Order: sequence, then structure tokens, then C-alpha cells
Amino acid sequence: MFADLHLSDIIASVTAGRDEYDLAPLFAAPLRDPTAIAYRHEVFRDLENQRAIAVVRQFADRMQGVRRQLAGAANVHYQHERERWFLDAADTYAEAVGELASSLADVDLHSRGLTRFRDHLAGYVASPAFAALIADTERVKTELAGVRYRLRVEAGKVTVTRYEPEPDYGAEVLAHFEKFRQGAGKTYPFDVDRSSAMNHVEAAILDGVARQQPDVFASLDGFCASHRDFLDPTIARFDREIQLYVAYLEHVARIRQAGLSFCYPDVGRTRTLECRGLFDLALARSLIGDGGRVVPNDLELHDPERVVVVSGPNQGGKTTFARAIGQLHHLARIGVPVPGTEARLPLVDHIYTHFAREEHVEDLSSKLEDDLRRIHAILDQATSESLLIMNESFSSTTVDDQLFIGRRVMRQVLDRGPVCVVVTFLDELASLDPAIVSMVSTADPEAPARRTFEIVRRPADGLAYALAIAEKHHLTYPSLKARLDR
Amino acid sequence: MRVLLAHRDRDLDLETQLPPNADALSGDLGLDILFAAMAAGDRYLFTVARSTVFASLDDPAAIRYRQAVLADCLEHPDLVRELYGIAVEAIDRERRAWGYASRYPDSLLRRSVDVLGQFVGLLRRLREIGETHAAGFRSVGFRRLFAEIATELDDAYLKATEDHLRRLRFSDGIRMSAELGPANRGTGYVLRRRVGKPGWRERIGLSEAGAYVWELPPRDDAGAQALAGLRSRGIALAADALARSTDHILSYFKQLRAELGFFVACLNLRDGLVSKGEPLCLAEPLDPGRPAIGAQGLYDVCLSLSLGRVRAVANDLDADGRSLVVITGANRGGKSTFLRSLGQAQLMMQAGMFVAATAFRADVRRGLFTHFKREEDASLRSGKLDEELGRMSGIVDHAQPDSLVLLNESFASTNEREGSEIGRQIVRALLENGVKVAYVTHMFDLASGLHAEGDGQALFLRAERLSDGRRTFRVMEGEPLPTSHGEDIYRRIFADEA
Repeated sequence: MFADLHLSDIIASVTAGRDEYDLAPLFAAPLRDPTAIAYRHEVFRDLENQRAIAVVRQFADRMQGVRRQLAGAANVHYQHERERWFLDAADTYAEAVGELASSLADVDLHSRGLTRFRDHLAGYVASPAFAALIADTERVKTELAGVRYRLRVEAGKVTVTRYEPEPDYGAEVLAHFEKFRQGAGKTYPFDVDRSSAMNHVEAAILDGVARQQPDVFASLDGFCASHRDFLDPTIARFDREIQLYVAYLEHVARIRQAGLSFCYPDVGRTRTLECRGLFDLALARSLIGDGGRVVPNDLELHDPERVVVVSGPNQGGKTTFARAIGQLHHLARIGVPVPGTEARLPLVDHIYTHFAREEHVEDLSSKLEDDLRRIHAILDQATSESLLIMNESFSSTTVDDQLFIGRRVMRQVLDRGPVCVVVTFLDELASLDPAIVSMVSTADPEAPARRTFEIVRRPADGLAYALAIAEKHHLTYPSLKARLDR
Repeated sequence: MRVLLAHRDRDLDLETQLPPNADALSGDLGLDILFAAMAAGDRYLFTVARSTVFASLDDPAAIRYRQAVLADCLEHPDLVRELYGIAVEAIDRERRAWGYASRYPDSLLRRSVDVLGQFVGLLRRLREIGETHAAGFRSVGFRRLFAEIATELDDAYLKATEDHLRRLRFSDGIRMSAELGPANRGTGYVLRRRVGKPGWRERIGLSEAGAYVWELPPRDDAGAQALAGLRSRGIALAADALARSTDHILSYFKQLRAELGFFVACLNLRDGLVSKGEPLCLAEPLDPGRPAIGAQGLYDVCLSLSLGRVRAVANDLDADGRSLVVITGANRGGKSTFLRSLGQAQLMMQAGMFVAATAFRADVRRGLFTHFKREEDASLRSGKLDEELGRMSGIVDHAQPDSLVLLNESFASTNEREGSEIGRQIVRALLENGVKVAYVTHMFDLASGLHAEGDGQALFLRAERLSDGRRTFRVMEGEPLPTSHGEDIYRRIFADEA
């Protein structure tokens, strides 16, 4: 289902660059309860405020730093090095939390989720423990920043001495030749030491420095002992879960820039499906990247209508449309804003997809058999609360066979009662039952070769494409009549 | 230190973008032949010539400054070529210096010391040439250059340079200062030079009081590597400083090569023209404000260069106070050639070069534009007028009030009446906006119309045709005549028919 609807792509691109938060499971797990969806919508609406999301984003950046630094502390074994990683992590953390608390205080929040967290944060920041963390961090940092020393490197020997001011020889050399400089010129930075860990010569030098300035390093020791568990568990959880919102909103923002809309769907116990300005989110992302244009479509399905049959010219956006409907339902179920200007839809219990698999001519029969087995399994499980998307199903046989199978399967679908979208080139399926709505892909009358990707509600007459060509030559009925009526 | 031979107050910039109409100018005026003659087979000089010629000067004083430097060059061609040779050699040696291994500080430092050592020798030669010959140079540009070299590269400076090169071998170990960075690892390394003499403890082989010494144990390979890494830090700082310094000197030599290169290219061109007896002159650039052109013996330099030993036909022109020059007359009578020579002369004058004439003066113009018929034989293909007007529109996008626009058979791709009307409207608009126009046309309707207006702003020239129909390829003052004598050519080509 995820692959058929390109949801895997969408989730991958929404969560790209956020592997550390392990967000994919959050985007895959649907909510079962409309109130849970509403709870997320509230948080999303709060974060649509640019100030709010900027505050969260800055916090997230800093917390990433904290994790990096703690990982540093965990991975090294020289004491002075490890302790400094730990100090820096605590420092970054204190700054992140303090900044978040003070910024959130000025942000207009309405969601239950965020206001509760803000209350927790305010209490935490006001606690004596947090005050002590900040004071100690600052003191030790300042002491370490004052440490300077001199090195003399000779063959087989390093000498560490206390700092004395001496001329910067590199600068002297540069100054001597500065007179020749004609323009900006480039520099030659060397990444001399790429190793992430301290080596034993560095450690020995650091020991020497520590011996020459023992008080500073004693302070560092003391800091680490007294702030062993500085990370607040609630704050850590917030740091991960808020990324669901930030990641998705960033994705939304990119796509909105191309003029497309998102909305908060009305999801609930309804038998009506109504959406305007719907588009395929995966396609939108890749088209926007290439400067392409995305065509939004509308869909309405009122009880007792349950099935949409999409037919019309190839390459007209039929599959994309079907996919967009599937995506819409999944996105609505995880409580995020959905593509479109407005949407009302039922909270479905499951989304099933039945897409034609890649064809291999030599085993047509086994493919058809596979197709049938898959639809059989789906129809076994699907309920009237489900969504089923069928795309060019059973295309691996003759048209007569397809019609036969199609009619039978449609009948069973109607009996089961799931909302169903069927992409097919069999026009006949569109008029089987009053519960079936027919939609067709269209072409631009002025340039029939160009695909418009517009899908409109219209009887499937198999003529849409031919009519477009006729119109170009002013040979459609109204045009021809007007030309003859002189 | 600056070179400042091409401009009084700024460097010659070869990176500057060519004007948008550079290709049109090259094609219409045949400039690639000019650049090739200036380059004399050297691709670098071709680039210098092209970019400098297109970067027109529009201040008469700036033109005269460069002309004065050029005059010195014409007088001392061998010295100028020698100076140019030093710059070329410096760049060449740097390029061929061993290794480009900037990934390793050690090798970069060694390379820089090596290159710098060679540069010092070349700088010394530069100074010596100046010391010996500066007196023979008269231009402000050269006198300033030689004076600067004499003061900036005096003995004390060159000696100090050699001291640096010696110290940068670090026979005494590498001294640095450092601070504590993330993870308490050393950061902010700064290379240090010791001041004062070593104390007594050091002189008898002890370490400084309070010093902490770490010595590499035998067979500690990791330690040896770490120590080398630490040494590399210091070397890297030195290597960066010295490589940048080398680049600075190199950039000076490069600037010298560029600016001298332009004058060497001029020398190349002179040699080519003078050897076949063509005249050259330094033009007189006039302040903008009043349109003026005065030319004697003006010829198409590119045509001459492509004619081998034959000289090009020369023309005189007196267009003082005229902002419109209309050239009519016999087909294949030298009209286009004349128009080209006018464009070339304006361009060469504003590049501070000599001009292909015995005498030339003109007011400086900001922007030269050419609108030439694309094929010599205009067919009335549909869409051609559209193409022509598109190009004209492109010119109007870029032209300024004091530009010079050369029109060659423009708007002739439609019938004469329409073409004339378009031409008239465009010319009028251009003139009223201060643009100077020279227009070669065989459209009698247009030319006679402009002539009839007769407000003294316009000068009318005609390609000469002798009474027997032969052409002299000379252009003389004369009003437009109702035929362009295409019939003559027809008859010559189809002689057997008659």
C-alpha cells in the first residue's frame, strides 16, 4: 500500500535529514480516534505560526548538538577530554532549554499539547537545579577559556610552557609579502587532524597543561560529578515528537511555495467524501523540483455513491488522481494537514491498494491468477469503512475477460461497501450501478497532445480525446454549427 | 604594488565580462582578424587583446594616459618585450614548480619556498632593468612603475625576504601557542617567532623552568605519527602564509603579464602593418558633447591584414558637428569597408591603441553597436525583418545617449518603402537621444528623405563610381543618387549575355 500510493517516497522525503528522530513509524501509524487527530491538528495550527516553529527549530538544532557532544563524552577515554565533552553538552542543553522557555513564553499557543509542555518547561527552568546547572557551566567554561599555553615541537620531543606573548610569525610572513597582493587571493587551510579522537601525544600535552594549571581542571572534575544526569526526560521526548510536526510543515511550506494549498481535513464518521484542490504530494514534490506544474482536482462522493471509476486518455493523470485520494486518506488518518483547499472524509479503518504489477508476457496467466488472489484477499478483509484503490487491475488478459472479471469484482466491491477508486480504461465499468461515479481525464482542446491532468466528473464516453482534436479544427458540433450559420 | 600601465588608477581586468554585443561587433567589424594579428599565435595575447579592446575607455584623459604608455612601448619595443618575458617566465616557473601537492603542508611549504626563491631572482631582474633604462621612458605609467619597483624592492627588502626563506626551514623546531577548544583539544594554533635569546638553562641543554617535556619513547609508532601531526599544524600555518604570499607575488606578475601583454599585442600589430607600409597614428580623443570625426587615410585594418602585401584603400572624412553619416552609392563600392574602418578606429582609439589612419580624431562614445545585414545578399525571406528588428531592439536595450551605432543595409529585408519608414523612425529617435549614427544604405527613399531634411546634422557620402562604371572603393562626399548600380554588377557577371 505504501509503495503503491508513493507514501514511502513521501515519508522518506518528509523525514529526510532527520534519521536520528526515527520519525517514519510516527508517519506510518494511523490514529484510530478523531479526537487524537484533532489534538494533532491543534499543535499543527500553533506551529503554523512562524515564530513558534522558528523557536522549536532552533531548539532542535541545539539539542542535536547536545546529543553529538554526549556521544563524544561516551566515546573517549582521556579524562580531561571526556569531561570537556560533558561540560559542553550541558552548556548547549542549558542554552537550548533556557532559550526555548523564554521564547515560548512570548508565543501565542492554543493547543493542549503545546500549552501543557510550556507549563512543564516553565516549572523546570525556575527550579534551583536548573539555576545551579547554568551557574556552574558558566564558571567552568570561563576558567577553561582562559587557558593558553606554548608548544615547541622538535624531533622526538614536545615542550609545553606557560603562555608568553610572542609575535605571530605567520602574520609576519604575510605582512612582508602583502605589498604584492593584487586581489582577494585564496587561503590554504589544512585539515591537519581529521581524527575525531584525541591521541596520546595530545593527551600528554593536555596533562602537562593541567599540571601547570591544576585549579581549572579540578573545577571541571567537580562539575561532572555534580551534574551527572542533567537531561530532563520530558524535554527529551518533546524534542523527538515535535519533529513530526516540524518535518511535515517544512515539507508543506516547500510545496505551498509553488502555489499549492493544504488544509485541515474534517475527518469523522461521515459517508461523504469531498475534497477540493487535491493533488499527489509525491508528484508535487518532484515536479516542483523540476519546475513543473501540478494540476489539482476535485472529488465529491455523496451517499449512496461509493465508487469512483476513472477512465479517459492515457497519460492523463488517472493513476496520479487515484494515488492522491489514497494519500489523502492516509495523511488524514495520521492527523496532518492534507493537500487541497478543503477536505471532508471518513476515518477509514484500512486502505487497500490493488495495482497492476509489472508485466511479464511469458507468465500472463500466473499474473492474472496473482491479481485475482490479491483482490480476493482484500475483499475478504475490507469493510464498509475501508478504502480500496484499484489501478489497471486485471489488465493482463483479453478485454472480454477483463470486462467479465471487472463486472464481477465491482459487484462484490459494491456489496462489501468500501469507498473505492478504480482506474481503468474499461468505460463500461463506469455505468454498472448508481453507486458508481464516473470521472474522466481530459485533454486541452487547443493542444490535444498536451496533457491537462484535469479529472472531471463526466460520463465515460470514450470520446474526450477525439473531441479535443475536433475542437482544434472547429469541427465539434457547436463550432461547426456556428461556421455553417453565416 | 600595482602595475597601472593600462589605467592610471586601476588594474586592467581581464575577467570583466565582454559587452553583450561583443560577438556582433567581432563578426560585423571582422575583429577576430585584428585580435589574431595582435596575438601573433599566442592564445593568451588573443584573450588580452579582445578583452581590452572591448573594454572601451570613455574618458579622453584615460585614453591619453594609455597612449603615452604605448608611445614608450613603440619606442622601446625590445625592453617591453623583455619585461613581458620576465612576467611570463615567473608564471611559467610557478606552474612548473615541483608538485601541486597542497594536501600536504610539508610539500606545499617546500614548494612555496622554492617558488619564492625563484621569484626573488626575477624581481631583482625587474629592478635592474628599471635602474638601467627608466630614464628613457617618458610616460607617467612607466615612470611610476619603475619608481615603485626601485623603492619597494630595495636591497633591504630583498635581504629580509631571504631571511624569511631561511627561517622557514624551521631547523630550531616549531613554536606555537594554543588554547583549549572543544573536547579540550588544542585549538587556535598560532605560529610564534621567538623573541630574545635562549636562557642559560636552554643553552646547557635543560628545558625552561616549569616546562613540561614529553619525549617520544623508542618504537612508539603511533606517538611518532601524532608528533608529526602536531608538527604539521605548525607547518600548515607557515605553508598557508607562504603559499598566500607566493600567490600575491604571482598575482603581481600576472597583472604585469596582462598589462604588458596588451602593449606587446599592440607591438605585434604594428609590426604586421608597418612591414607592408600601412600608416598608423595615435588618435586624438575629444571630449564628449559635440559630435566630431576627422580622419585622413583611414583604412579597414582587418581588410588590410587579410590582403597580404596589398594595401587597403584609404579614405578621408570630415564629420565635425555631424551626428549622422549616411553612406550611399555603388554596390561593392567600399561602403561596408568604410563603415567598418570607422567602427574599428573608434574602438581602437578608445582602447588607447594606435588607429589605422594617418590621422584620426573623434569624440569619445559610450558604447559602439553594429547592426549589419546578416548575409551580403539580402533575400526577402519571411521572418527576416522580424529577426532584424529583434536585433535592433537588443541594441536599443543597451545603447546609451552617447553611443555610436553603425547600421549597414539595415531594414532592407522588406520593401524599400516600408524599410525606409522604419529606418527613418529609428534614426530620428536615435539622433534625438544623442546617439551618433553611421548608416550605409542603398534605400534611396530613406537616404534622399534624410538628405531633404538637410538640417546640417547629417553628412552624406557616396561610394565613388567612375564614369565607365569602375569602382575606386573610395568614399567621397556626395548626395544620394537614385540607383545603386546593381545593374553594373549584373552586366559584369552576365557579360556574355549582352
